[in-house]
Amino acid sequence: MYKTGAIGDKQSVLGFKALGLDVFDCSTKEEAEIRLKSMSEEDYAIIYVIDNLYVEIKDVIYEYNEKRLPAIIPIPGMKGTTGIGLENIKKSVERAVGADILFNND
Amino acid sequence: MARLNVNPTRMVLTTLKKRLKVASKGHKMLKDKRDELMKQFLELARKNKALREQVEVNIGDVYSNFVIASAVMSPEILNEALMFPKQGVSIEVSNKNVMSVNVPVFDFKTTTDDISNIYPYGFATTSAELDNAIENLSDIFPELLSLAAVEKEVQLLASEIEKTRRRVNALEYVMIPQLEETIKYIQMKLDENERGNQIRLMKVKDIMVQEAIEEKQEFTKSSLDEYCSKE
Repeated sequence: MYKTGAIGDKQSVLGFKALGLDVFDCSTKEEAEIRLKSMSEEDYAIIYVIDNLYVEIKDVIYEYNEKRLPAIIPIPGMKGTTGIGLENIKKSVERAVGADILFNND
Repeated sequence: MARLNVNPTRMVLTTLKKRLKVASKGHKMLKDKRDELMKQFLELARKNKALREQVEVNIGDVYSNFVIASAVMSPEILNEALMFPKQGVSIEVSNKNVMSVNVPVFDFKTTTDDISNIYPYGFATTSAELDNAIENLSDIFPELLSLAAVEKEVQLLASEIEKTRRRVNALEYVMIPQLEETIKYIQMKLDENERGNQIRLMKVKDIMVQEAIEEKQEFTKSSLDEYCSKE
């Protein structure tokens, strides 16, 4: 039995609380890093991170990319998206294929 | 290409030939694995892209509802309304094996089954926009989950493909040429030794024949001399 969580600024994550996700309101980079580390040691399978925060703690998050769990997924926040989600897909494709062949037309 | 530093003997040659066989077999299999992974990966990456775009649009709608709700209601009431969630989500993680990559599959269960009963507050003090926002969010939650699963799978597959590609390249451009080169070198060396040996034997034989001839000639000469002196 695993849990799901969300990290982000208070306004953006408030709605997820109603869905039953464990919501952590972090506004600074340091806070988010510590929270993420402690969450990944617990039974969290999926952690949604609001993407302006995601961009700031990217380096910590990428360490978890190779692991099976948790899945750390960026979602757009109240202030809109930073495009990091699509950027990540693009990076994965580049990593696997050697060249970006999906986003050519953009 | 540098050859391996080995003694050019028959035994080493046999082991190297065996290694070359294994290496080429491994290379072929890894290549097949890479191609299949790549096929699945590209399909998945396309799916991931589409899903992400869809989720980002949908979540934008949810937020706009939330903005309206928080504008209509005071922050205290909003906080209070969402303080104790009624709905709970638990995730079941099972495994899927994609070309020997372990990929997690998420199944989720909500604690309240009734979709109209997810609101953790009474309707008296809250605005309708909040209801809308929460309903929308719970509608797109399955999408969010499948996005998480797909995104994780893409990441895991990407790193596996990278690893496999490196192995294939290492085998193709380093291991196999090196082994071939070394095998060729040993074979040439052995052939050279063989030829050297042959020539040596021929030379020895020549010398021996020469000696035998000389001996014979001497014998004939001496017997001829003997015969002549008797006459």
